[in-house]
Amino acid sequence: MKETRTSPYYLPAGLPVPVAEPDGLSAPYWQGLRDNRLLVQRCAHCDTWQFGPEWICHGCHAFDPAWTEVAPRGRIYSWERIWHPSHNALTSHGPYLAVLVELPEAGHVRIVGNLLGDPLQTVTIGSEVEGVFEHHADADPPYSLLQWRLCSAVSP
Amino acid sequence: MTRSLKGQVAIVGIGETPYYRHGKSPDSEFKLALKAILAACADAGIDPRDIDGFASYGDDRSETSRLAAALGTRRLRSSTMQWGGGGGGCCAAVANGAAAIVAGLADCVVVFRSLAQGEHGRFGRTTGIDTISGEKAWLMPYGVLAPPQRFAMRVQRFMHEHGVRQEALRAIAMASYHHAQSNPRAVMYGKPLDVEKYESSRWIAEPFHLFDCCMENDGAAALILMPAERAQAFGDKAAFVLGAAAGSDHRFAAAPHNGPAYASANYRTVAPDLFRMADMGPGDVGVVQSYENFTGGVVMALAEHGFFAPEDANDFLTLDNLIAPNGRLPLNTSGGNLAECYMHGFELVLEAVRQVRGTSCNQARRNDVALVVGGPMVSPVSSLLLGSEATR
Repeated sequence: MKETRTSPYYLPAGLPVPVAEPDGLSAPYWQGLRDNRLLVQRCAHCDTWQFGPEWICHGCHAFDPAWTEVAPRGRIYSWERIWHPSHNALTSHGPYLAVLVELPEAGHVRIVGNLLGDPLQTVTIGSEVEGVFEHHADADPPYSLLQWRLCSAVSP
Repeated sequence: MTRSLKGQVAIVGIGETPYYRHGKSPDSEFKLALKAILAACADAGIDPRDIDGFASYGDDRSETSRLAAALGTRRLRSSTMQWGGGGGGCCAAVANGAAAIVAGLADCVVVFRSLAQGEHGRFGRTTGIDTISGEKAWLMPYGVLAPPQRFAMRVQRFMHEHGVRQEALRAIAMASYHHAQSNPRAVMYGKPLDVEKYESSRWIAEPFHLFDCCMENDGAAALILMPAERAQAFGDKAAFVLGAAAGSDHRFAAAPHNGPAYASANYRTVAPDLFRMADMGPGDVGVVQSYENFTGGVVMALAEHGFFAPEDANDFLTLDNLIAPNGRLPLNTSGGNLAECYMHGFELVLEAVRQVRGTSCNQARRNDVALVVGGPMVSPVSSLLLGSEATR
């Protein structure tokens, strides 16, 4: 159960640390999470929402779509409960939940994260969720993730 | 003139190495490739030096020029690699080789896949990666690491939208294992699967039990393509390419998990292309080999090739319907990726040839037209229709 874990993180330390590509495409996104801000691309010319980021807008081919802050609120579009540890850091960790969250306020783009709370909870597609910024300040390099919790839930 | 592969190219030889559990091959990956190619040439009765084209997929490491030098190829002409998609390229590689023949770029093409996961590492383990960027950075820090974890949410969404039950996935796993029990080549030969064993197997990532996931193996498989006008010399061995298609739906690969048609195996544009080239429909197909990376992908792939509406998946996908000789649609009659060998889908192409020849261990009653579906849920995917002389 989540409540008995002492770590401030949903998953154990040791998983791959996300960093921007050498060309810096997603650097604003990762910096945004460190600043408690969710940024996704929105084309300034045609208003197309786009995530993950790309150097070009898939709607009108304008380059360098603008990064736009959106509220970390969404709905569960799909989910999975993962049992098999595919990384040594997860050995003996037990099941955990990954969710695919769509952001209706940002053109329904989707983001993958973990669903906080009991990993054995019943998950319902369509449930409303809100984002929780998870800061790994002690990692090398430091980074932040965006996790999700059910809107109706008390703090996990 | 209609541009088409239909009836213009024949598969005249097939061959494979023994199939091993991953890490159990006594031979190196390149040696496995050579052995499979020689076996295919022996089956066709041709001199391996006459091969003048090579085609593969999945970033195969047995590189064309080294193969040509090792085999003493008299002259190397066509050399094609299908970009991306992993096992989704297993039919595209045949299509690319066949296209080279039709275009006059080669006269004798070997299509192959070699994979020694013991030598080069398995696909599923991710330990040892310190930092990650690009598409995987959106997933790996959240523990979405290995292929089952990367595909389970797509299947979950499909099951949600169409009311597909776990039993439909189970029937696909059981069909593969059922067929493997009469296939001595199969890694799972002698290891049957029943309902209880499936249901009590551990979850890998819900909705995938252990038996919903493909094996990982060592081995190689190959086939020989020739122009159809030369096929007569090969008698009943020739199976003809009736249609082929490869590709992806609109922005299917938009990462992370942002393709518009999410609850899809990615054949919504490919399957119509395939049937159009063959001038056939799903009702003409007597037997199907459909790539099982995960059983849920097969459910979507079969629906997108028109065998049933997604809402009817539970009724269609029963063990009785899926087994040779008399099932409604015999599926994965060699045991496939789940139970014969995870030869990255190429074992499925060879099995489709055997069905057309009438030499399968699990011969389907209707074997004049055989479908192969490569790599659901990846990008690009591909499909292939093979048939007898009478169907050209």
